[in-house]
Amino acid sequence: MTVKTLKETPSQTAGPYVHIGTVPAAAGLQVRTQEKLNITGLKGGEAIVIEGCIRDGSGELVRDAMLEIWQADAKGRFDAGGHSGWARAVTDFKTGLYRFETVKPGPIQWRDGRPQAPHITAVIFARGINIHLHTRIYFDDESAANEADPVLKQVPGEAMRQTLIARRDAAAKATTYRFDIVLQGEDETVFFDI
Amino acid sequence: MTTPPELIRRDRAWHPPGYAPGYKSTILRSPRRGLLGLEQSASELTGPVFGHSMLDDLDNDLIANYASDGEAIGERIIVHGRVLDENARPQSGVLIEIWQANAGGRYRHINDGYMAPLDPNFGGCGRCISDADGNYFFRTIRPGPYPWRNNGSDWRPAHIHLSLFGTSFAQRLITQLYFEGDPLIALCPIVNTIADPQAIDMLVAKLDMANMVPFDCLTYRFDIVLRGWRQTFFENKREGN
Repeated sequence: MTVKTLKETPSQTAGPYVHIGTVPAAAGLQVRTQEKLNITGLKGGEAIVIEGCIRDGSGELVRDAMLEIWQADAKGRFDAGGHSGWARAVTDFKTGLYRFETVKPGPIQWRDGRPQAPHITAVIFARGINIHLHTRIYFDDESAANEADPVLKQVPGEAMRQTLIARRDAAAKATTYRFDIVLQGEDETVFFDI
Repeated sequence: MTTPPELIRRDRAWHPPGYAPGYKSTILRSPRRGLLGLEQSASELTGPVFGHSMLDDLDNDLIANYASDGEAIGERIIVHGRVLDENARPQSGVLIEIWQANAGGRYRHINDGYMAPLDPNFGGCGRCISDADGNYFFRTIRPGPYPWRNNGSDWRPAHIHLSLFGTSFAQRLITQLYFEGDPLIALCPIVNTIADPQAIDMLVAKLDMANMVPFDCLTYRFDIVLRGWRQTFFENKREGN
């Protein structure tokens, strides 16, 4: 017999009605309508928008997903004891787009003290996703930092690395990065087992 | 450089796999390349902390929190339990968000078109934060089963969705709670994405007659286990470990 710890409660899909419990106003409930969940509470540094869509293995938009992000502030510090580095968004029922408003994170130390390139942790929940998918959002205007990043270095191949890099939208008024997520197929986003 | 304390690796064979064709929605929504195993760093080991100040008094009372001209219709129940980690340590401060269908199996959601009527006094949305000993409770009505398109018309067993935040973002979890004795559990393609019967049993709330509220509510017990911290040996020890 091996040593037994308790087992983690198993995951189940968030289902198509995830909005009711997590973003009730999106489901049509007239509760907590004042909450702006897709905006982090971070102050200072460069204000940015991250938007994009999620596609399935047939290229269809995933219009019933819920996403969350967690990140450091502009100086690379995590909010210990608060949730200012956290936000939650849903993909729009019609356009399929999600949108976060936050600040660009600073560099964060890797386990051995090396810097990690600025990045945002993202998790995705939806109908048909049995256990949430965990990924990272990096920035295309941080190419030097990205090249030295200890996580990006572990991703096999440039094409797969590119799936983790948000692209600056030069045409947008606010500083906007586009980050599309592909659940399956040729351009499948890299997802992590942490 | 201090290596932050790390979580026990997630047992991916215990959780449902991404691709589980009996639940058809997974076929096009599951990654095929395999997950990339990654060492844990501050980006995943830290996480948001939610305080009691965000809660309204009725947030954990779904019988009352959407009531307009009366209480929600259905079997009155309490769902309670304890949040632990894999090392059996109570987890306090865990934000638990729940959502569910009404007693007829209908969700208050603009995309739900099931024929069962909405209950004007039921929203189906609640939340609470576990106390210092890891305890939590909700008052609600038992949700109804409902049909869904999978194999023509499959039926979901009565269930409550739960979303959980530990202290680390890598402990994040969304799952579903079922009710002891429901014959639909064994027939459900979503339940059956989980291979191990013992894992399924962890999702089944048990009737807790000792804690029923006389002449008011039946009570179900549902304990929750989040990922735990692994012991560190020749490394910096986590405080309290």
